[in-house]
Amino acid sequence: MSKVYIALQDNDESRYIVEAIEEDNPEATIIHMPAMIRIEMEGRLTVNRETVEEKMGRDWDVQELHLNLITLGGNVDEDDDSLSLHWNE
Amino acid sequence: MTIEIKTATLEPVRNTFAHIERRFGDKPATRYQEATYDVQSEEFFHYRPLWQPEKELNDPSRTAILMADWYDFKDPRQFYYGTYVQSRSKMQEAAENNYAFFEKRNLASHLPDSITEKLIRYLVPLRHLEHGANLNNMYASSYGYGTAITQACLYNGMDRLGIAQYLSRIGLILDGNSGDALAEAKLVWMNESIWQGIRAAAEKMTVTEDWFEVLVAQDVVLDSLMHDLIYNQFDQWLQDNGAQDIGMLTEFMQVWNKDTSRWVDATLKIAAAESDENKALLEKWICEWKGILLEALAPLADDMLGGDALSQAEAALDKRLTKAGLFK
Amino acid sequence: MAKKLNIKDKYRLLTRDLDWEYSYEDRKEAFPFEEFEGIKITDWSKWEDPFRLTMDSYWKYQAEKEKKLYAIFDAFSQNNGHLNVSDPRYVNALKLFLTGVSPLEYQAYQGFAHVGRQFGGVGARVACQMQAIDELRHVQTQIHAMSHYNKFFDGFQDYSHMHDRVWYLSVPKSFFNDARAAGPFEFMVAIGFSFEYVLTNLLFVPFMSGAAHNGDMATVTFGFSAQSDEARHMTLGLEVIKFLLEQHEDNVPIVQKWIDKWFWRGSRLLTIVAMMMDYMLPNKVMSWKEAWEVYFEEAGGALFKDLARYGIKMPKYAETIEKEKEHISHQAWWTFYTHGHAAGFHTWIPTDEELDWLSEKYPDTFDKYYRPRWELAKEMEAKGERFYTKALPQLCTTCQIPMLFTEMDDPTLNSFRDTVHNGERYHFCSDGCKDIFEDEPEKYVQSWLPVHQIFQGNCGGPDVENVLSDFYRMNLGEDNMDMKGSPDEKRWKQWKGVA
Repeated sequence: MSKVYIALQDNDESRYIVEAIEEDNPEATIIHMPAMIRIEMEGRLTVNRETVEEKMGRDWDVQELHLNLITLGGNVDEDDDSLSLHWNE
Repeated sequence: MTIEIKTATLEPVRNTFAHIERRFGDKPATRYQEATYDVQSEEFFHYRPLWQPEKELNDPSRTAILMADWYDFKDPRQFYYGTYVQSRSKMQEAAENNYAFFEKRNLASHLPDSITEKLIRYLVPLRHLEHGANLNNMYASSYGYGTAITQACLYNGMDRLGIAQYLSRIGLILDGNSGDALAEAKLVWMNESIWQGIRAAAEKMTVTEDWFEVLVAQDVVLDSLMHDLIYNQFDQWLQDNGAQDIGMLTEFMQVWNKDTSRWVDATLKIAAAESDENKALLEKWICEWKGILLEALAPLADDMLGGDALSQAEAALDKRLTKAGLFK
Repeated sequence: MAKKLNIKDKYRLLTRDLDWEYSYEDRKEAFPFEEFEGIKITDWSKWEDPFRLTMDSYWKYQAEKEKKLYAIFDAFSQNNGHLNVSDPRYVNALKLFLTGVSPLEYQAYQGFAHVGRQFGGVGARVACQMQAIDELRHVQTQIHAMSHYNKFFDGFQDYSHMHDRVWYLSVPKSFFNDARAAGPFEFMVAIGFSFEYVLTNLLFVPFMSGAAHNGDMATVTFGFSAQSDEARHMTLGLEVIKFLLEQHEDNVPIVQKWIDKWFWRGSRLLTIVAMMMDYMLPNKVMSWKEAWEVYFEEAGGALFKDLARYGIKMPKYAETIEKEKEHISHQAWWTFYTHGHAAGFHTWIPTDEELDWLSEKYPDTFDKYYRPRWELAKEMEAKGERFYTKALPQLCTTCQIPMLFTEMDDPTLNSFRDTVHNGERYHFCSDGCKDIFEDEPEKYVQSWLPVHQIFQGNCGGPDVENVLSDFYRMNLGEDNMDMKGSPDEKRWKQWKGVA
């Protein structure tokens, strides 16, 4: 199974997003690099709006993710409630 | 009181890029200048385009308008990407507040059916025309020459997509998000006789070859006439007939038109002032398109407003043309 | 109360329904370039929007990004941020970036604006238009980020003029010219897919981490801010491929051929990036080889496994490309070092510490093939005989890189290929470049090869010095030659108060 991945700028907002990702994807690997945080996982990775909102304590639009996004790998599914990445194999 | 801050000064070696210095002298440049002038590649292209082998990739001869320097087309708003999106972001924030207020107070429910019908018949179909405007400005952006004018066309193209989307949202407000009003307005656009001349003209613009002609037809002639008919005269009619709230939903287009007219007028004026040949060509294009569009708009103007609506719109256009130094 | 629309339905109603069937003109005349490449599109409505951003959200989010970015640029220049870079040698990587890469962002704007007008499907058009305006953003933010460096260092000042003319800059320029000169679908496979989905990660991500590691906040900021758009572009690139492959089975071999071509061309182009990472960043993040493994082999491998269900295979020459990661950065920097008098930036011998790092990162190749060259260069320099070659390099007709590459199975042997077309002999650096030429010779015979042009007298002269100073507008003795003794170095020492 190939890894999907997402990389975020290392800043305060991203830290909440990463926390949310960790909570919803316990198998994910978090890698801290200069100025960026890279998150990898085999098969599928999901960012849930609800979890991020809980971490941030405010409304959060899934499209806000793009403000801090550096790169990603995998097929993207985006709707009102989540953004997920996966490979078809 | 004067405050003197002591700093260790570092003398710069130069004030700006060499090509900016050659144009404007050795002094600090604005961000607009550095982002705009001489950014586009001009010579020694490697391959002719497969899709147009008679031209270079960047080629000033894709229009019959001739300019000694295509960078004369300075945008009076001095928009580069950053200032452009920040300006539009402010406008959209105001629009968002208006739309939210309108929806929250359910102001659409206060509209008499006759008004809703008119909006679906006259206002909502414009989203298709705006989509045509998007295509035409993208055409000018991709075939035009020199960053000064092509970036402004790109911003205009994106604006038109945004306006098409706002008009679509008006439809969704009217139909409670069912999409019925949009479907109905599309049928009107496709079939109603009052729109067919306009639709034919919109289609014709997308098969017109000279990008500057397309720009003139769309951004000068059609936009002037349509703006006056819809956002001045029809807007006034709505106000007079108890539907002034709709003005909240078209505020964006009003502000946008004022902003964009500055650029369109400047562009027209610069092209006309360059040479008598340019001026004659612009006048020829304008005459032709004015003829086509006045005829096309007559049924709509008549149905929507009656009286001398179209001649008022024509007068507004003529005033702009005179200001640009044309037809005199 | 009105029902709530989900993002997909809302986007469809707001965007996808805007277009209409023509009644008065021939629609093919309005969208004339969809058929000549042999690609078959049966139904544009099957297009899946890669992202569903309406213009109001676009303006809102992009304005927020720009506000942050320009606040940092302002602070950077007010505080003379250039003084915080790790080492003045670092700035030369930025010179190469502004002269070689930023103009490509501009060409990307032009290319996406073109397909953003020409595609017959509104969904694809709008996605391309958004990428067009993003690309314009990138070139402009890069110019603005470099504007401050230009005030304090040599070699940035005539980037646009140089991009059109200078010998090594024809490599990136011709790459994008090639894609833009192609039909709209090939452009998308070339730039939207091959370049954006796989290769720009290699350009931006490791390089921007490198900028962060070398104290260059302006570059880190524009780089990562640009990358936040890139995620959208990557999604578009992948959607285009899937769409073409799903539309018609006849599209598969055409797309495969383009993938083969553009991965090869792209890997050649990235030679410049390889060299920047291994040699031009004083504080290293990762070697080119490591970056290649993470971003090409691992990420690209996953991608091609995903595409296997359509019958798409790994790009041709993937095996050669895999071997090249051990060599190309060394071969390229050596070429620039020896042609340092004709480059618009400074070159240098790596420090002993850096040589050791390269030995460690390239245990199979560096000590064996490349370190001895640098040891020799060090000896010559110590004797006051810094080496510059007098000869002008022969260029590959396709990628336009000097013939600096070796056979990958024998790194002591230079790789030469040639072919005859219409009685003329053309030269190539590799099988990949030769194949690309032979598939479309009418296109590549047009190449404006800078060295040929110099020999033909089209670039002024009579001497190379005249070409450099008059035709390229390099300030000789300032922009070119070794870092040691350069005005850049002298000023840096003055600012830092060191002798």
